[in-house]
Amino acid sequence: MTKVRVSTCSLAGCFGCHMSFLDVDERLVDLLERVEFNRSPLTDIKACESCDIGFIEGGLCNQENVEVLLQFRKQCRYLVAVGACAINGGIPAMRNSIPISDCLEEVYLNGKGLANQLIPNDPELPRLLNQVRPIHEAVKIDYFLPGCPPSADEILNMLQQIVDGNEPSTSHKNIRFD
Amino acid sequence: MDHVQLAKGLLLADPWTIPPDPQQAPDQAAEYNQQVTRFCTDLCNLHNQNPNQLLQILIRIQYRFGWVPYAAQSILSNDLKIAIGEIRAVIAFYSFLSSEFQGRYRILLSSNITDYMLGLDNVITACQTHLKLSPGTVREDFKCSLELTSCTGLCDQGPAGLINGYPIKHLDEHRICELAQLVDAGTPFNQWPEEWFEIDCGIKQSGTLLNTHIQPGNAISKWLDKEPETFLEEMKQSGLRGRGGAGFNTYEKLWAACRNASGDQHYVVCNADEGEPGTFKDRVLLQNHFQQVIEGMTLAAWVVGAKQGFVYLRAEYAFLLDQLNQQLERYRQKGWLGKAIGGCLDFDIQIHMGAGAYVCGEESALIESLEGKRGIPRVRPPFPVECGYLQQPTLVNNVETFACVTAIAMAGAEQFAQCGTVKSSGSKIHSISGDCSRPGVYEWPWGISIREVLHQCGGENAAAVQIGGPAGILLPKSQFDRTLAFEDLPTGGSLMVFGNHRSPIDIVSNFAQFFAHESCGFCAPCRVGCRQMQHFCQQLQDRQIGSSDLESMKTLIPLMTQLSHCGLGKTAPLAIQALFEHWPELIKEAETTTDGLSFDLQKAVADTIAATELQP
Amino acid sequence: MSQVLTIDGKDLAFDSGDTLFDVAQAQGIYIPHLCHHPDYPPQGNCKLCTVDVDGQSKCACTTQAETGMSVQTDSTTLTEYRRALTELLFSEGNHHCPGCERSGNCQLQATAYAQGMTYSSFKLLNPQRQIDASHPSVLLDRDRCILCGLCVRASAQEGKHIFTIAGRGSDSTLAVNSDSGLLADTNLSAEDRATQVCPVGALMVKQQGFRIPIGQRIYDQGTIDDLGNRRPQYHSPKSKTARIAGDSDD
Repeated sequence: MTKVRVSTCSLAGCFGCHMSFLDVDERLVDLLERVEFNRSPLTDIKACESCDIGFIEGGLCNQENVEVLLQFRKQCRYLVAVGACAINGGIPAMRNSIPISDCLEEVYLNGKGLANQLIPNDPELPRLLNQVRPIHEAVKIDYFLPGCPPSADEILNMLQQIVDGNEPSTSHKNIRFD
Repeated sequence: MDHVQLAKGLLLADPWTIPPDPQQAPDQAAEYNQQVTRFCTDLCNLHNQNPNQLLQILIRIQYRFGWVPYAAQSILSNDLKIAIGEIRAVIAFYSFLSSEFQGRYRILLSSNITDYMLGLDNVITACQTHLKLSPGTVREDFKCSLELTSCTGLCDQGPAGLINGYPIKHLDEHRICELAQLVDAGTPFNQWPEEWFEIDCGIKQSGTLLNTHIQPGNAISKWLDKEPETFLEEMKQSGLRGRGGAGFNTYEKLWAACRNASGDQHYVVCNADEGEPGTFKDRVLLQNHFQQVIEGMTLAAWVVGAKQGFVYLRAEYAFLLDQLNQQLERYRQKGWLGKAIGGCLDFDIQIHMGAGAYVCGEESALIESLEGKRGIPRVRPPFPVECGYLQQPTLVNNVETFACVTAIAMAGAEQFAQCGTVKSSGSKIHSISGDCSRPGVYEWPWGISIREVLHQCGGENAAAVQIGGPAGILLPKSQFDRTLAFEDLPTGGSLMVFGNHRSPIDIVSNFAQFFAHESCGFCAPCRVGCRQMQHFCQQLQDRQIGSSDLESMKTLIPLMTQLSHCGLGKTAPLAIQALFEHWPELIKEAETTTDGLSFDLQKAVADTIAATELQP
Repeated sequence: MSQVLTIDGKDLAFDSGDTLFDVAQAQGIYIPHLCHHPDYPPQGNCKLCTVDVDGQSKCACTTQAETGMSVQTDSTTLTEYRRALTELLFSEGNHHCPGCERSGNCQLQATAYAQGMTYSSFKLLNPQRQIDASHPSVLLDRDRCILCGLCVRASAQEGKHIFTIAGRGSDSTLAVNSDSGLLADTNLSAEDRATQVCPVGALMVKQQGFRIPIGQRIYDQGTIDDLGNRRPQYHSPKSKTARIAGDSDD
C-alpha cells in the first residue's frame, strides 16, 4: 500500500502547533503505517516534494513565507491551515496596526540600549511584509483548523479524515480560537 | 426664531482665517476665541438653546470659521445641555463638519463616476502640481485643503467641486492653475471669475412641471376655500407616486396616513437631500421652480394639518440657501406663508441644512438629522407618517413630488394623469449625464424607453446605463428596450450613460467606494459589508481576485440585501450583482489562477524596502 | 393572551408589545444575538437575530409580534448569513483571541463556534484604533469593539451617559463623553452595568487576568445556544470579594 505523503511547516508561527501535534504521542506509530512525512521538522527535508497533504502553521510575515507557501500550494493536493496564525495572522498580526517602518525603527534604531543601530539590510534576509496576512489571502486553502494551538486530537482527526478520503469536518463543539 | 438673522446665506466672501497659534500669538488666539464664543453664544440664543438645532448651529459655525473649534464645542455643550462627546459624535458623522481647521480654502472634488469620466484624475494631478495638495490633506501653511466628496449634483458640468461651499464647474488643469494663484494670494471670492460659479440649469426638455411658472398663491388660492378632503380626493385620483425613488403611492401611504395619524403637531418635510449620485434635477427645481415646491408643501400641510414645514437642504446646495430664503420671505410678505394663509391656514417653512451625509436622504435618518442628531435610520415601523419629527406624524416627500402636487392643484388630477402609464402617472424629470452629447435635465412622461432616452440625449453609443444612481440598476445594452416606469424600471431621476470604452468594473468600483464612504455604520451587514465590497472591487480592478474571494463576494450580496437595516445597505450590492449577471467574462479575466497569489508581493514589501533604504 | 403566532412550527401566545425575540425567549428558543439585552431598548444593529417571517428577513429583537405571523428562527440560509455576519465582525476589528483575556467568556467567539466558523473569509481590515487604559479599573480596548451600543444604553439607563457612538460608517467608534475623551475623566466604575454588559473584550475590568484558566471558562462548558448569552461578573480590582462567575443575564 502506498503511503499518504504529508508535509508540514511553520511560517510566521511559534511551532506551537507542531508541538501540539507531537502530543499524539504513541499514536504516531500507528499513523506512520499509513503516512510518510516529506518536508517537516520531523524529517529535516528542506524542500517540499509532491505531496498529498500540506499542513501549514503560521501566517505570512515575510517574502520567504510567501515563497514557501506558494511552493506548498504547488506540491500539495490539499492544504490545511493549522492554528490561529495561519488563519488570521495570530499574535504576530498584532503589529498590523503599526506601520512596518515604525516597527523597524523602534526595534533597530530607536530602542533603548542598542549599539550599532542598523535596520538589517542584507539581501539574504527575506523582506518583511507591511502586514502579517493569513495564508488564505495568498493561496487557496482547502481546510481550516483553528486553535492556539489546535489539540493533538483535532489535528490527528483532520489528518485521518483526509487520509480516509472523507470530507474533513470539525465538530462545532470542538472549534476553539484559543 | 429670528428668520432674518438665520436666513442669511452661509457662504462668506472672504476665505477663512487661520486660527492663531496660542503659543506664538496668544493675543490673537484669545481674540479669535472671543469671536468664536460671541458667534456661538449668539447662535445658541437665536436658536433658543434648543438642542434639536445642534446640527444647524454646527453647520453655521463650520461655514463661519472653516471648522468647529474646540471653544465652540464647549459653548454648545454648555448652552444646549448636550454632552461634549455627543457633539463630537455628530461632528464626526457629517462629512462637511470638521473639528480641525481645514485651511483657508477647503476644496472638495466631486468623486462621482461621471466626474472621473470627465477627467477628474487630471484635476487631481493638477492639484498635486499647482496646489501641492493630495486628496485628504491640509497644506502645511493652512492655506488650503483637498478632499474627495460624494457627488455634488453637477454631473452635467463636471468635473465639479465646492470651494468653501461655492460650487465650481468644468474643472481642468488650466482652471486649477489659475485657482492656485487665487488661493495663494488669499483672494476673496467676489474677485474670482464669476463664470466659474455660474451653475447652468441645463434644461434640455421641459414638460408639465418645468413649463409651469406660477405666481405666489396661484395653486394654494385655488383650493383653500374648499375642504381639504376635496384635494385629498384629487391626490387620490392623480395616482401620484413619490418621485424620490421608492415610488410609494403619495395619497395612500403618506398623505391619508399622515392626516389620519394622531399627534400634538403634524409636520411636512421636503426632502431636498438630493444625494443619489448622478441626480441634479432637484437642484434645478429649487433654482427655478421653488415656488411650486412651496405651494405643494403648503397644500400638504393644509391636508395633513401641519403648521410647520421643513426643507432639508443638502449641504452641497448651501449656495442656494440665500435665494431660497428670499423666496420664502417673499411668500411671507405676500401672505402665502405664515399666519392665516388665505384666511384659514397657519403654516411656515424653515430650511434645515444637511451637512454631508447621503444616508440622510432616507426619511427616518433625515428626521434624526432634523432633530440635530447623527443620521441613523430608525427602526420602522413605526413609520414617520405616524411617528416622525419629535415623535409626531410627519410627511416626508421629495422636492419633485411637491412640484407635482402643485401641478395637480393647478391643472387637476385628470390633466396630470393624462400622460404616463397605468401605474406611473404624470411626467418625470431626469438628470442625464455621462457619455452623451447633450447631458442635462429632461422631463418626459413616464414610460419612455431607454433607447428613446439615449436617442434624445445623444447617447446612441451607450453600452450600459445606470438608472436611479448607484443604488439603482446597471442595465446592459441588450435591455435598452425597457422603459422608465414603476412597473419596469423605477427611478429617482438619475441616469448615467456609459459608452463602450468604459469598464463596468471601474463603474461598479466607484459605486462601492461611494457606499463605503456613506454607510452610516449603524448595522453590521452594511457597515462592514460595504467596506468589504470596496476591497473586492479593488481586487477586481487590480485583476487579483481569488476564487474564494469571489465566493465570499457572492455570499455578501444576499446578506446585505436581506439583512441591512435600511435601503442603503440593501441596495449597495446591486451594481456588483449586475456585474456578476451581465459581465461574468470580465470577472473571469480578473481572477487569478488557483495557485497564484491574490495579493501584490512587491507592494507588500515596498514599505520595508523603503525603511531599510532610508536609514543613515 | 388571545394573540398567537407560530415560531418554528409551534403555536405561541404573546402579549401586545412583545417582540419576536421576547416571544422566543419566553419559550426557551435561542436566537443568536450580540447587540441585544432584554434590560435595554432593542436597537437591531448586529442583525444576528434576523429570522424569517413569512418569507421575509426581519430582525427579531426589533420586530413586534403580530397575530398570524409564521416565524422560522433557523434554516440553512439563516445559518449561512449568521456565519458570514460573524466573519464580517471578526474581519472588521482586531480580534486576536489567543491574546485576549475575554477568550472563552466572549459572546462573539462563542457565536462563531456555534455558527461553525473556522476562519473569516473576508479581508481582515486591521483598523488602527485607540486603546484607553486611563481608567484605574476599566480598560477600553476598541480593537475588540463591535459597536453593539450596549454600554451606551446601559450607561444611559444608569444616568451616567458615559459612552456614545461617534463618526460614520467603518470609521464609527465607541467614544467617551468627557472633555478629554478619556475614561479616567468619567465616573465609570467597574461595577457599572455599562462595564459589565460588553459582549466582547472591549470593556474589561483590570487585574482579572487568568483568574479562571482557559478551558474552564463559560463557553468551554457548553455552547452559546445551550447556555445563552452570558458574561462573567467582574468586581473592582480593589474589592476583596473579587471573583468571576458565569452570569446568565440575557
